[in-house]
Amino acid sequence: MVPLRLDFALPLRDFDIELALDVGTETLALVGPSGAGKTSILRAVAGLARPWRGTISCRDETWFDSESGVNLRAEQRSVGYVFQEYALFPHLTVEQNVTFGGGRAERLLCRMQIEHLAKAKPGELSGGERQRVAIARALARGPRVLLLDEPMAALDPHTRGAVRAELHDLLRELELPALLVTHDFEDAAALADRVGVLAAGRLRQVGTPGELLGAPADPFVARLAGANVLSGVAARAANGLTGVLLDAGPTIFAADAASGRTDVVVYPWDVSLAREAPDDSALNHVRDEIVSLTPLGNRARVRLRLLTAEITTASLERLELRPGEPVVASFKATQARLLSRS
Amino acid sequence: MRAAFAAVLAAATAIALAFLVLPVVAIFVRVPPGDLIGALGHHVTRDALVVSLKTSAIAHAAVLVVGTPAAWVLARNQFPGRGLVLTLVELPLVLPPAVAGIALFAALGREGLLGDELNALGVQIPFTQAAVVLAVAFVESPFYLRGAIAAFEAVDSSLLDAARTLGASPARVFARIALPLAAGGLGAASALALARGLGEFGATIIFAGSLQGVTQTLPLAIYAQFEQDFDTALAISALFIVVGALLLIALKLYPWFRFVSISRFRFVTSTSS
Repeated sequence: MVPLRLDFALPLRDFDIELALDVGTETLALVGPSGAGKTSILRAVAGLARPWRGTISCRDETWFDSESGVNLRAEQRSVGYVFQEYALFPHLTVEQNVTFGGGRAERLLCRMQIEHLAKAKPGELSGGERQRVAIARALARGPRVLLLDEPMAALDPHTRGAVRAELHDLLRELELPALLVTHDFEDAAALADRVGVLAAGRLRQVGTPGELLGAPADPFVARLAGANVLSGVAARAANGLTGVLLDAGPTIFAADAASGRTDVVVYPWDVSLAREAPDDSALNHVRDEIVSLTPLGNRARVRLRLLTAEITTASLERLELRPGEPVVASFKATQARLLSRS
Repeated sequence: MRAAFAAVLAAATAIALAFLVLPVVAIFVRVPPGDLIGALGHHVTRDALVVSLKTSAIAHAAVLVVGTPAAWVLARNQFPGRGLVLTLVELPLVLPPAVAGIALFAALGREGLLGDELNALGVQIPFTQAAVVLAVAFVESPFYLRGAIAAFEAVDSSLLDAARTLGASPARVFARIALPLAAGGLGAASALALARGLGEFGATIIFAGSLQGVTQTLPLAIYAQFEQDFDTALAISALFIVVGALLLIALKLYPWFRFVSISRFRFVTSTSS
């Protein structure tokens, strides 16, 4: 019995969602840009939106089956739903929120480390505390499936890291099929066992975060995972590698085989920057100009005209980079993955 | 130029305020407070007060009991012709009350649309206290429905969805989430409707007449006393002004009340939108 089996079609305003997905006792993240239909999928699983055909089942229980006319109401399905912005009842205390669907609060409040907030109203809580209340409330009835809609989106950037680690541990501990929706690939990769990339209601690729990064199925998946995607024309080069003449000018060498129209995928963290082309094993050196610098904690994102690099704050300071200055971006041939457009 | 414009603005404001305030002040200036209270003891006033309170209470209770679920349905459901239904609900707002009285006659009078059925049951409505109740309910219900629909529409639908996923039946979602969160708006709509109902004149005098102690409400008593006993008419008018002022003050204080009763509600919605 699959813990959660989805196979349905749901019409939205601009496109239809067509989804076939088995979720085991694992956390599966659906990632996609806003408007890709992520929330609608959660709503269909919860019984808040009605697919026009297909089935939704949880182990041996059918929740929805268009052919036999089964459609359990939302209140009959055993789901714990953590809503976007959490949707806590503003007129009830934390304890009343958690016990709204029945059950007892103490153990859950302790587990979520919010027992001291039992008598507080949601309006008095910080974003992280509200998230804990929302999760405690979703778990109070002992659901068979957990649904999380952008659980990290309402948090401040500086509490995000700690909250993410805690949520990761909690999801492992629960041993529930959990469907998590986010627009942020980093959140998805950090929280989920498997990630599904969603675009306009269709799944582009499902796999572990490593699989998606290592072998993105198409440029869309690669971009969503944070990669630079550079298009050009590939041809066999004399050194046994593939040379891709980029539309933007430079030629990139890659170990993958390809011919014709090709996309080159390079992750920002594989790109190193220098003032002059270094004499190292990297085959690809692209002369470029700095457009902008964005600090990200101990790293910095450096946007060039052609691609983006992520370097440590230490090398940023050592190189004394400024926007508008010339720079050389280097990466190995094995770090350039090729996606043929065939 | 600038000074002239400022003078025009000041004059317009002064005229508007004087025009609105002067007649109200005049009622209290014309008769000393002691005489006003004495006139309230007059038997015509007392009879009218009893009729008004009784009919308004019944009509208002009926409007709340029937109107609240109806407003919930209209606020939360999309269906073909919803716009038309909402327009029909508001139609009595723009009708002259006399038209409402004639319409009630046409529907419930002896010769009216339901006249035969009512006759068969031995029920006669026009010129009874029941007619007052119906007239009051008819003119005040749009005020309540409009406000109540807006109050229910303002409840964040994700809260209702959350309650459902927590196993709450539709009745529980309504009672535990929708009603408490809409309570402020429902209270304001209720106060406005009550004030409109207490002041009802045109529909009542046509559909129910003006029989002292039976169908003569306070506004009808003012009209009846206008030529016979001006002081009594003044006293009842003064009573209305006091009640009206209290209602308005309560409404002005209402955001503050709401802040106390369901604290932080506004804060939460403003940060989540």
